[in-house]
Amino acid sequence: MFDLHGYGPTIADGAWLTLEVALVSVLISIVLGMAGALARLSKSPVARGIATTYTTLIRGVPDLVLMLLLFFGGQLFLNWIGDLLELEEQIDLSPFTAGVLTIGFIFGAYMAETFRGAMMAVPRGQLEAGHAYGMSGLQVFVRIMLPQMIRYALPGFGNNWLVLLKTTALVSVIGLNDMVNKARFGANATKEPFTFYLVVCLGYLVFTTVSLLLLRWAERRYSLGYERGGR
Amino acid sequence: MDFSIIADSFDLYLSGTWVTLQLVLQSLAIGLLLAVPLAIAQVYGPAWLRWLVFAYGYFFRGTPLLVQTFLLYYGSGQFEWIQQLQQDWTFLKQAYGYALIAFALNTAAYTVEILRGAIATMPKGELEAAKACGMSTPLMLRRIVLPNAFRRALPAYSNEVIFMLHGSSIASIVTIVDITGAARLVNAKYYRPYEAFVTAGLIYLVLTLLTVWLFRQVEKRWFVHLRPLGSKP
Repeated sequence: MFDLHGYGPTIADGAWLTLEVALVSVLISIVLGMAGALARLSKSPVARGIATTYTTLIRGVPDLVLMLLLFFGGQLFLNWIGDLLELEEQIDLSPFTAGVLTIGFIFGAYMAETFRGAMMAVPRGQLEAGHAYGMSGLQVFVRIMLPQMIRYALPGFGNNWLVLLKTTALVSVIGLNDMVNKARFGANATKEPFTFYLVVCLGYLVFTTVSLLLLRWAERRYSLGYERGGR
Repeated sequence: MDFSIIADSFDLYLSGTWVTLQLVLQSLAIGLLLAVPLAIAQVYGPAWLRWLVFAYGYFFRGTPLLVQTFLLYYGSGQFEWIQQLQQDWTFLKQAYGYALIAFALNTAAYTVEILRGAIATMPKGELEAAKACGMSTPLMLRRIVLPNAFRRALPAYSNEVIFMLHGSSIASIVTIVDITGAARLVNAKYYRPYEAFVTAGLIYLVLTLLTVWLFRQVEKRWFVHLRPLGSKP
């Protein structure tokens, strides 16, 4: 359908890198999101304050600005640390690390909101019952909270994942050779930018469509035993 | 940190803020104008039109705004007829025009989805009452469906406005000097990433909070009939 002048395989490589960036950053965001949600629901006012500032600040600033700040600012910071420790060699912040950290950090804030809602939807009495049986805090979380909150968190998680997937395109700006950058090389060499960027769009559409199907499957899987309302 | 360089670049940030505001407001306005008829078409239109609007939405909601902007801005160079158009439309010679088209099409796709949901979940009784009063479909849309749908779509739409404000930073990648563009210039000139990008982030934060506040005011007005009796306005 499209004549890519032999650039097909490198774009496929780029697509793989895009997927890697997305998967690593979603893992980071899940960890940060869990921590953020627990902090916002905790009794300590300090933890609540930090978590609230984190989610508000991150959601008020564009992802591109945060990414540029971390990429350029992070390198300066690492240089400063290097000087402080009197290291011989410079520690380099790779675009992959900067990109993955920024995206994970940003979506951690969104995940925290999603997870907080899901945690509050699990009936308190069940957690108390768990404690009454002598389970530790961790056991209550893993055995009672986690399996039930997944069902409530899945729709919001799915939305966040779809937005995150599209945000990965920004890593091309800080020099990571993802699907977008690989397509740019092809576009520049062949003078057919429309064809190449359209192929990138189709690549993203494939990712989105597969994600939607998987999410629908997961939602059905985790609502087994519950009556589904509506329509 | 040394914020004196920011004071020196104050004009740059100011003009950048102006460009961001212009770009966002113009694309939101065009997007909304496109979205209203498309959303009506997706609920009341014939099957082929519904399918077409769905495909448009699926494409623009399933791909990154960055790639859409590239597709229009760089992609237009591939077609001779667009270069012909550029002779007459100077608008299409600059990056601004392409960014505006890309952003408008993108926000329109999301707005269609928001409005479609609001239109499709109209209370059935209200529609039946309108029909019983003898209203034609266009009249019913104008008097009953759209006012109600706009009201219920408002909270979701305020999120879309904030997404657009943040998304507009992508314009800086296609050479436009908006807020992010100003920060990138300052960083390139002085190599002061903290000052440059923190300032940009703060401007966006203020604009975001202003947007939230503005929508809260509009919501107060539009939801006046839902306020408890006797409460203060």
